[in-house]
This record gives sequence, structure tokens and C-alpha cells, in this order.
Amino acid sequence: MKTLLSAAALSIAFTGGAMAETLTVYTYDSFVTEWGPGPQIEKNFEAQCGCDVDFVAAGDGAELIGRVKLEGAGTEADVVLGIDSNLMADAAASGLFAPHGVATDGMDVPGGWGDATFLPYDWGYFAFVYDKTRLASAPASFEELLNAPEDVTIVIQDPRSSTPGLGLLLWVKQVYGDEAPAVWEKLAPRIITVTAGWWEAYSMFLEGEAMMALSYTTSPAYHAIAEGDDTKAAAAFEEGHYMQVELAGKLAATDSPELADQFMAFIAEDGFQSIIPTTNWMYPAKTPAGGLPEGFEGLVQPTKSLIYAPDEAKAAREEALAEWLEALSQ
Amino acid sequence: MTPFRPAPFVWIAGGGAFALALFLTLGAVAIVALYAEAPGGLTTADWRALRFTAMQAFLSAAFSILFAIPVARALARRRFWGRDMLARLMGAPFLLPVVVAILGVVAIWGRSGLVSQILMAFGMERLNVYGMAGVLIAHVFFNMPLAVRLILQGYAEIPAERWRLAAQLGVEGRALWRLLEWPMLRAVAPGAFALIFLICATSFAVALSLGGGPRATTLELAIYQAMRFDFDLGRAALLAGLQFALCIGLAVFATGFATRMGFGAGMDGSVERFDGRGGGARAFDAAAIIAAILFLGGPMAAALWHGLPGLAQMGGGVWAAATRSVAVALTSGALCIALALSLAALIVAAEARWRIASKGAEALGLITLALSPFVTGVALFILLRPLVSPVQVALALTALVNAMMALPFALRLLLPPFRVAVADYGRLAASLGMGSWARLRLIWAPRLREPLGFALGVAAALSMGDLGVIALFSAPNEPTLPLYMYGLLSAHRIEAAGGAALLLAALAFAIFWAFDEWGRRGQA
Repeated sequence: MKTLLSAAALSIAFTGGAMAETLTVYTYDSFVTEWGPGPQIEKNFEAQCGCDVDFVAAGDGAELIGRVKLEGAGTEADVVLGIDSNLMADAAASGLFAPHGVATDGMDVPGGWGDATFLPYDWGYFAFVYDKTRLASAPASFEELLNAPEDVTIVIQDPRSSTPGLGLLLWVKQVYGDEAPAVWEKLAPRIITVTAGWWEAYSMFLEGEAMMALSYTTSPAYHAIAEGDDTKAAAAFEEGHYMQVELAGKLAATDSPELADQFMAFIAEDGFQSIIPTTNWMYPAKTPAGGLPEGFEGLVQPTKSLIYAPDEAKAAREEALAEWLEALSQ
Repeated sequence: MTPFRPAPFVWIAGGGAFALALFLTLGAVAIVALYAEAPGGLTTADWRALRFTAMQAFLSAAFSILFAIPVARALARRRFWGRDMLARLMGAPFLLPVVVAILGVVAIWGRSGLVSQILMAFGMERLNVYGMAGVLIAHVFFNMPLAVRLILQGYAEIPAERWRLAAQLGVEGRALWRLLEWPMLRAVAPGAFALIFLICATSFAVALSLGGGPRATTLELAIYQAMRFDFDLGRAALLAGLQFALCIGLAVFATGFATRMGFGAGMDGSVERFDGRGGGARAFDAAAIIAAILFLGGPMAAALWHGLPGLAQMGGGVWAAATRSVAVALTSGALCIALALSLAALIVAAEARWRIASKGAEALGLITLALSPFVTGVALFILLRPLVSPVQVALALTALVNAMMALPFALRLLLPPFRVAVADYGRLAASLGMGSWARLRLIWAPRLREPLGFALGVAAALSMGDLGVIALFSAPNEPTLPLYMYGLLSAHRIEAAGGAALLLAALAFAIFWAFDEWGRRGQA
């Protein structure tokens, strides 16, 4: 049955090849909303390529990979935007992606970037965000958080359903290694709850349910720029902050390879990068000529960036998830 | 002996509805399992998830019914200003988007919620409901009103003559309960219990967020994890199969528990109640109603309060999204009612001859609620993609899957009155030689109008809020309102999302109200 389906899917791919110049980009839902980067990036690229860009929202970062795997070589997508670096190995193993051909040495991703298949378009640090009016002195390290007064509570996301949740899981694992289970057990009493998505945890924090919520170092910039509220801050941790790098990939089966290459190159240009900070609330992978917008300058600058190499992330993730489930299910 | 001699189209339509329900539930699991590269295996964590799922769903359903009984009883026998309004507002919690309901419950019961504030003002500890307590509060908040409406409908099916006769014979209090109310509950409560069990069994965000952590992992979350995180289709299919097994078991058990209401036909006079005139009964009813208002009203008021400032910030695309959602809701509601009526007719027709088959159809009509949108979505995707672009059929499929998920509600609402109508008037109609059309016009339509209006309202309103399969089939720049709201949330615009959620709930409630009103118009 599977062969039959793939054959049918392939035939669609071939007939689809005759279509006019349309670039189909699969991305996550929030990218294409009217506040997301999608609309402006679409406009900017269309102005220079004379083509038609079609953004297709396909769930969140993790669901994107599933969607592409499900479609296999018959996918209509030319480019996928929004692969989480922690899941990059899964995407690479699918064999569906082709080299991006863009020079990455000028990228501003901490630690540099050398992968030839996946191209970063933005990145951020995970951090605990707090309200300065409610928490006078935030913990300055994981150690301090572990030993903080009882009322320094946190709300986090489930690594199985949320990208920040997965980020925290790997953050703790990279800082503590084999000690991670003990750290989670010690952390457990101050975890008010674990939510399915980022927004439930963040809303609960805003409502005062917890002192801190797991989010990004850039979250306070949103409050400052979009809401004119400077009471929110991210707690800088001495051990360093785990990074999320968001990646784009060109599909090997694309029916418009040249257009896809042109778009991959465009990702590193200002027409794309300058849109990112105030729509996706992340750092651009390559700082645009105009610099970062006002409101980003006061953000926490971690002294140390943490991240697993993509091929290690999968094994670390499986081990860390099992430990996390065990420690928090007691 | 068979009072109901169905026309051939009953078998065709009923059979079609049955086949479609079977296909989208167990069929979908089979498709995903066949497509998977490797068969899945279950871990200890999965068994833990099964245990937690069954436990919280059982308790949620039990408490919802338990608390609903005194409230429904009070509403059934009292007439006071605002009673009708209250009975209909009972539909509202059910229609709140999940995220909003979670935050509403937290605003009242959370650590910084209203109850904690009051406790702390009196020098007591703040509440910590995260855990089973939180899950139960949220699920009872969602589902108790539904139980109240279902039980109220049961009360409405006791003919006015029985109440009058009871009063004439001086039957009061416990004797009245035993003779009239208990038999009615035996007929209605098991179905309501099964329905709420199923709703709660497939809960995922509510259970996790208020359950305090991974202890509160449900099967639905495990399915989501297998799909999203590991892309392990074999495991997802296995877990979805397990979820169906749990729900089928429960549905068969509950429907087997139900007895038939045997009050006989009445003259459809308006009910006048003569019981419960003592001070104790009045005080008890008043307490039940006030407690229900506070319990249900608190989180709803909080949701309203949070949503209002966001209404001005929702963005220009919101109206197009709302229009799309209303269209999906109306299509889905109509489709759902057509399926439910076909299936109800099939069940009643088969009852006399093939009792087991009929029970099976009834159980199937319940478990469509347990379909996992992830699994069904992927199955449809695998099947349809070679034939048609997913984007083109996105809204139609959303309407179809939502109709399927609302089917159990409609069936639960329509089947009991349908049975009563057949039992009470089927023979008369047969002896008068009434044809199908005459029966429909003179018996079914007037007798079913009220539950039909309510069921249509519930089905359409439910479809408004459900994301269904849209994630896999989403049309690029054409979000439905729930999708639009989630878009706002992930773009940090939490306040605006609150506004969109309020709009969503208001539209869903307006649709529900309009159909319910239509149903009630026929009552006179």
C-alpha cells in the first residue's frame, strides 16, 4: 500500500513541475500570522524574485518535520522554515534535504555555524523570565535557583509538546550531565505546573501563578517594544544559557531549485533578517545593517552559550526525557 | 411486535453513518498502523498514562453527574426569575476554548486566584490545586453543565400526568424520588456518564496544565508525543487503539447499565410540580443553584474580564477567520445532526431484532468522541494526499471530523426522546397506516424539535472551537478562528488572543443560543 501511495504522490510531483514560478514554503503557524514575519518577508522576496511565495502553515517546529516525512519525495514544499536545531538530526536523517549553498561564515549565531544542509535564520536563548516588581532579586544561576527561597516558583513547559520545554530539558542535561535527575528532583517542589504549550505557562506567569516562567531572553523586549512595559526581565544564569537555533532547509525534491536557492540566499539578507526581531522576537542569524531595534540593547547577554551538537542532541534528548519523566512523576 | 417498521432509507442512511463513523475511528487507526514502518510497542509510562487517563476520566464523570443531579432537580421543579436564562447559560463553559478555560479556572482556584486570596486574607494557606484536584475542578467546570442539561431533558420526558398522579396519591420526597426521578436517572445518567468520561479521557492540555506535571500524562498526550516528537506512527496507532479500547469498554458498560424509561405516553401538557414545597427542600434547591452559579460563573467571569481588553487588538484578519469558523460550524452542525438522526433510526430499528448489533452501533456512536484528531488527521492525509491537495479540502475535512466528534452529543440528546417517541407512538402510527413522511411531520418533528434544536446548537458550537485536523490540512492564509487565536498566542500577543478567544466563545454561544431557541419555540 505504501508503494502505491508513494507512486501516486510522485506522479503529482511530476505534473506539479509544470507550474509557474511559485515558491512553496512550509513553516510553523505563528510565522504566517499577520504579526509573524511571514507577510513582510513574502513581500520583500516577491519584490526581488518576481515570483509568488506561498507560505503553508504546518503545525509547530516538530510537526513540520513529520509533515515533510509523511509527504516524502512527493512534497509540494520547496523550502522548510522552522526546524529546531535540537531536532535537526531527525530532519537530516530523512534524507529529504539538499545543501543550501549559502556562505555561513558571516553568521552571527553564537559559536558559529557550519552545517551545509540547514541554514539558521534566527536564534535565541532560553531563560526564566520574571517580573521585577514581584521578584526583587532573581537567581543568578541554576545553583541559586535550586537553593532559592521556597516562594521562588517556576512554571515550565512539557518537553514532549513544547520547544522551550525541550530546551530546558537539554539545558539542565548539558549543565548537570549525570546529576540531572537529582537536579530535577530538587527543582520539583518549586515547579507549579508543567503546561502543554508555551503560552499557557507564560500566561500563568503573567497572572501571578508563579514567580518565573521558562521563555526566552528576548521576551522582555516584546513587553518593552510592543507594550511599553519594562517590568519584565530575564534571569541571567552563570552556567550559561541553552540556545535554540531555527533553521531553514531546501528540499531535494523541489521543483524550482533555482528559486529555492535564491530564497535560501535571501534568508541571510536584510530583507529577511531585519523583519525577525520584532515579529518572531528572536535574534536575527545575521545582524542587519541597521542593527537591532531599540529595546533589544538592554537584554541579558549570556556569558556562555550552550547547545548540543545536532548528532548528540537526539541521544541526549531521549535520556534526558526518561530522567525527567521519572523525576517529576514521583 | 415491532412498533417501528423502518423505510429502506433508514437502513441506507443509518448504515452509511455507521460506516463513516467506523472508518474515521478504528479505520483511521488501522490505516496509520499499516502505513507505519515498524509496529509500535508500549512502555511502562504508557500503562501509567492509561491508568491516569481512566482514573481522572472516571472521577471527572462521576463528580460531574453527582453535582449535576441536585442542580438539575432544583431547576426542574422551581420556577424563578432567570431560570431559563440560567439553564441555557449552562451551555457556555463547554464552549470556552481550552486555553481560556484553563486560565479561567486558575484565576479562581490557582495559587494567586480568588479563593487563595480570600483564604490568605483570613490568615490561611493559599490553595494548591495542581494535581488531581485541579484536573477534576476543570473537568467538572466543563462538563457538569452538560450533565445538568442532559438530566433536565430527562425530567422533561416524564409526562405531566405522572407528576399530577403522584401529587394526587400524596407521593412526596423519597417515594417520589424512587418512583419517578430515580428511574429517569437510571435511563439518562449512564449515557451522560459515558459521554463525559469520553470527553475527559481525550483531554490533554487541561489534564497536563492543571495536573501539575508529567504524572498527569494522558493517552492523548502520549499519542501527540509519538506523532510530533518521535514521528513513530506505529506507536501512535497502538496508543490510539488503546484509547479506543478503553472508551469502547466504558461505552458498552455504561449503555448496558442504562434502563429504558417506562413512563408511557402523556398528553404533552405542561408540567406542574406539586412536590418540594417544604422549607428544607426549598433551602436545598436554593443552595444547589447558588453553588452552581458561583462555581461556573467564576471562571467564566474571569475569562470575560481577561478577554475584554484584547477585543480592540485582535487584528484585521480576525473577521475573515470568524466567518470561516461560522461556516465550518454550521456545515458541521448540519452534518452531525444528519448523521445522528440516521444512526438513531438505525439503532432503534435494529433494537427489536438485533439487540447486540444495536448496542454496538450505539457504542460506536459514542466513541467517535475518542478519536484522536492527530491520528485521524494523519490517516486522512495519507489517504487523500495522492488524490487531492490537502489545502483544498482543509475546511471540508475540518467540518467532517468536527461533526464526527460532536456526533456522540447529538446522539445522546436525540436517542432517548427518539426511543420514547417510537415506543409511545409507533404502534398508533402503524395502526393508522401513517407513511414515513406523515410520521416525520406529525410525530418525529414536533416531538424531537426541542432536543434537535439543542443538539444542533451543541454540535455547531462545538465545531467552532475545535482545531480538529486542521493542523495538517491548514490552508496557508485562511485560518479558522481557533487557529487564528493560537497564532496570536504564539506571536506573544496573549492579550489579543484573549480577545479572539472571547469572540470565539461569544460566536459559539450565539449559534448555540439561536438553535436552542428554535427548538424551544416548538414547545408551546
